[in-house]
Amino acid sequence: MADPMRIRAQIAGDKVEVRVLMSHEMETGQRRDNNGNIVPAWFIQNVTVNHGGRTVMSAQWGPAVAKNPFVHFRFSGGKVGERVSVTWTDNRGDKRTDEAAIIAG
Amino acid sequence: MKKILIPAFMALMVFASFGAQAQTRSPVGAQVGDIEAMRELMRGFKPNGQAGLSRLVQDEAQQFCSDPGWTRDKARISAIEKQQLADVKFPADGKFLGNWQAGERVAQSGVGKQFSDNPGQPSGANCYACHQLTPQELSFGTIGPSLRNYGKTRGNTEAIQRYTYAKIYNSRAYSVCSNMPRFGHSDILTEQQIKDVVALLLDPESPVNK
Amino acid sequence: MRIGTCVAAMAIALWGGGAFAQDSTAKAIQEYRDALQDGNPAELWEIKGEDLWKQPRGPNKVSLEKCDIGLGPGVVKGAYARLPKYFKDTDRVDDLESRLVHCMVSLQGMSRADATRRVFGGPGAAADMEALVAYVTSQSKGVKMNVAVGHPKEREAFEMGQKVFYYRGGPHDFACATCHGEDNKRIRLQDLPNLTNQKDAQRAYTTWPAYRVSQGELRSFQWRLYDCFRQQRFPELLYGSDLSVALTMFLARNANGAAYAGPAIKR
Repeated sequence: MADPMRIRAQIAGDKVEVRVLMSHEMETGQRRDNNGNIVPAWFIQNVTVNHGGRTVMSAQWGPAVAKNPFVHFRFSGGKVGERVSVTWTDNRGDKRTDEAAIIAG
Repeated sequence: MKKILIPAFMALMVFASFGAQAQTRSPVGAQVGDIEAMRELMRGFKPNGQAGLSRLVQDEAQQFCSDPGWTRDKARISAIEKQQLADVKFPADGKFLGNWQAGERVAQSGVGKQFSDNPGQPSGANCYACHQLTPQELSFGTIGPSLRNYGKTRGNTEAIQRYTYAKIYNSRAYSVCSNMPRFGHSDILTEQQIKDVVALLLDPESPVNK
Repeated sequence: MRIGTCVAAMAIALWGGGAFAQDSTAKAIQEYRDALQDGNPAELWEIKGEDLWKQPRGPNKVSLEKCDIGLGPGVVKGAYARLPKYFKDTDRVDDLESRLVHCMVSLQGMSRADATRRVFGGPGAAADMEALVAYVTSQSKGVKMNVAVGHPKEREAFEMGQKVFYYRGGPHDFACATCHGEDNKRIRLQDLPNLTNQKDAQRAYTTWPAYRVSQGELRSFQWRLYDCFRQQRFPELLYGSDLSVALTMFLARNANGAAYAGPAIKR
């Protein structure tokens, strides 16, 4: 199973600022190993961020995103103590969800 | 046979290397201390592929230059330089200039002699790691002097060709503690590769001189 | 569906060709480095390392929470800034990694071979040791480096490390000092710290361990030395050997007085 994400959600003015670090190999499918064989593509395809039952950010990714990706975005309507959950799904069907509480700015 | 020879050779080198120090310091103590340090060094490593422990055994030039105060000993500087120059093996055909395009490839390549390298593949000289050469290559290091216009400023006489070949073959012949590897002396480059690098530096058609 | 402002995405590729002149190259590298500072994936290793530190592991099924890395059993805060140091129980000078191996053996009951089987991570398999190192070092962030050489064995290690630093050998005649003995030098476009100059030595030592973007791995200080010696064309540095600790002692001591700033992020 994949390692946990690191999520920070913090009030910034009238918005919530979210920073997410994900642990993922993000193999492009272009790289060769030491024996010259292609390393199969393996990357996060979909990212969804939910807050209070609604999706506040979603993204579709490809193999151009670097290993251990970092996402940084803001959304409106969050309050201290409420939870933000982040889910990613990769091209192998692996999935991981982590969440964090919004903290004061 | 080889297994017995290597330790014997190592022991010899240790005594030869540290013998000179023993004369100037308290004879017994200094000698034992330094051999102990060398043993300690060897205990810190393990052989990996082509990189065996014998690589830690120093020759006279390496040992001399490992003391940051080496500049004081003028007599030994000229003695070692002389000995290193005598070691240079010039090409049997008397020709120093190879192909500059091939030389550029050798100058770009940094592989060779690391335990992670394939010993069956030719080594590069990695000139760009430390020197500026052609104006096209912006990714160059500054540990060594810029060699831009090397041939243009020096001319392409046989004397210059001969000097350039020898400098690449054994840099210590002209500067005892040069940072530059002894590409011929230490079997890093072949004779042909050295000729190609000489051409990169001296051929009027080489971008180094354009 | 409402989509929030996706301000900045992630750190993607390195600079492309090299078709710009030297000044703008240096500037672009600096901009690239600045862009990396936010969102250092080293934090992923720190979280994992903290978990590993607190988890019962090994045949004895105990955690490392009784491990003494210099400031007493279980004290992690500020400990890294005083390493390497002399430990009475082992009667030797240890750096963080050799001390962690000691704790895995003596507390958790692992064999030395098991404790050191995978000390450096590779593609698809991060190393537990690098995670532990990330956690412990992160607990010294902002603490001033204060490495002592009061004990004779500490002094001996420092002097040995200094000797190794200047030791030229191998087919290329390289020593550490070949690349790290002069100010303002670089290999290709990579700036080289002069480790004999206090300011450079401080900046270099206090930013290891680091997440290496080009490798996608958190790299420990033992890895830093291992890979320098590889490029030096030396044989393989033995993990946690007296020699590796001695060289670390020399470099750590030269960084005294500077605030520890790792785990950092590097290209």
